[in-house]
Amino acid sequence: MRRNQVAVVGAAETTELGVIPNMSQLQLHADAALNAIADAGLKLSDIDGFATAVETPQQVCHYLGIKPTWVDGTSVGGCSFMLHVRHAAAAIEAGLCKTVLITHAESGKSMIGKQPRFTAPDSLNGQFEAPFGVYGPPSMFPIPVLRFMKTYGITHEQIAMVAVVQREWAAKNPRATMKNPITVADVLNSRMIAYPFRLLQCCLVTDGGGALILTSADRAKDFPQKPVYILGTGESVETPMVSQMETFNSSRAFKVAGPLAFKEAGITHKDVDHLMIYDAFAHLPLYGLGDLGFMPHEETGKFIADGNTRPGGKLPLNTNGGGLSYMHSGMYGMYALQESVRQMRGIAPAQVKDAKISVCHGVGGMFAASGTIIFTNEK
Amino acid sequence: MAEAARAKPKPTPETQHFWDGTQVGELRLQRCDACSHVYFPPRPFCPSCASRKVSVFKATGKGKLYSYVINHRPAAPGFTPPYAIAVVELDEGPRMMSNIIDCPQTPEALELDMKLEVAFEKLDDQITLPLFRPAKG
Repeated sequence: MRRNQVAVVGAAETTELGVIPNMSQLQLHADAALNAIADAGLKLSDIDGFATAVETPQQVCHYLGIKPTWVDGTSVGGCSFMLHVRHAAAAIEAGLCKTVLITHAESGKSMIGKQPRFTAPDSLNGQFEAPFGVYGPPSMFPIPVLRFMKTYGITHEQIAMVAVVQREWAAKNPRATMKNPITVADVLNSRMIAYPFRLLQCCLVTDGGGALILTSADRAKDFPQKPVYILGTGESVETPMVSQMETFNSSRAFKVAGPLAFKEAGITHKDVDHLMIYDAFAHLPLYGLGDLGFMPHEETGKFIADGNTRPGGKLPLNTNGGGLSYMHSGMYGMYALQESVRQMRGIAPAQVKDAKISVCHGVGGMFAASGTIIFTNEK
Repeated sequence: MAEAARAKPKPTPETQHFWDGTQVGELRLQRCDACSHVYFPPRPFCPSCASRKVSVFKATGKGKLYSYVINHRPAAPGFTPPYAIAVVELDEGPRMMSNIIDCPQTPEALELDMKLEVAFEKLDDQITLPLFRPAKG
């Protein structure tokens, strides 16, 4: 895909984030969509392309009254929205549509109008993982981390620092769910969830949503907001069964998607001013830093523990507070994208000064899928 | 009232041989006749070279502990926390999820790379699960 041909011209989250007991999941989609439409200065009738995950495109389009000529229902977990951005950029460039709306919403905490997840007993997961006591992401996502720690000499304290540093970012963000400072000792003394991970190393469970509007770069300059251009993109999938990953020392999906995006963007790692790595659990930023090629995996723990990703550090990472402290409705990728867009617009609560390039990397399922989007505010 | 039971697998035509094997005390894997690749989970073709000529064989049942969590909460139906959810690397190469029995469910007892051997736990007349315990000797 060519660089900077498509831009984000509308971006918004739901009016409220956190616990939203007065809205169904479908209405959260609409709330985010209407906020993004207003942000872009558009009418719903201007939207001719639509993408969403979990809910079907037909469900959300009909609810909103949208008549699309291009739809994408790619649903590969929390990074689905990174894939939607990539697919939408290609569709706009190909002339299949002009103005794409991407929505995410999840009533992850209040569970209103949300279908419960179900593993069929005759699926491969149902036959070869469910019988051994996996029960929700906390029992599955951390399974690779002990191997990763042994291979690379990563310590429990270093992984605890991921949560500590992200809380420092969250403290600067009025919309963050958790803002009180925490220490490594707080993390390592919090309630055990699935050894080696404790409560403060697991993502929040909240309600919320977000929406993005994309159009061609040529049209983008006529919109009220500063355009944020798509510089590079990548995507991949590996396996829905965490036990069947090629290795626990890295994520194959990360190692495909990340480098694709860097190659397409034509940038090197030192060009990156701002970084988002989807942190459903505290080990993900370490996998991401290594798999995206920022540094060898064995250096990732020390890099974070030494403060390089904290406010004022040389590589600002997860500057909204992340899934650990900002919010996590179940599919966090949309919120990582929103923070990258805010940083590129220059309006983030914890703004990185003069940031020009933002890398936004997402995961879906338990290392099952991945999407990477690189944004810039300079054409 | 009966306690909630552990999730029970339901075999498909492609996996039936595996579950037939566990019932008679065999851990069955598949090997590609064309490229010799050994793989899991079961399917009637080789995921490495796409050949449909594959054979089922009885694995040694020996392996080592690749990684695990000790799940505290929330516990799956039929499990009493804390319990380890492990991934075992079989001597033949493939990895599979399982539980470690006859071993304290603690980080001290569960050492990565410890040697394991398969043990079979009968759930009912249709399903026997492959579990693992520390290898003797």
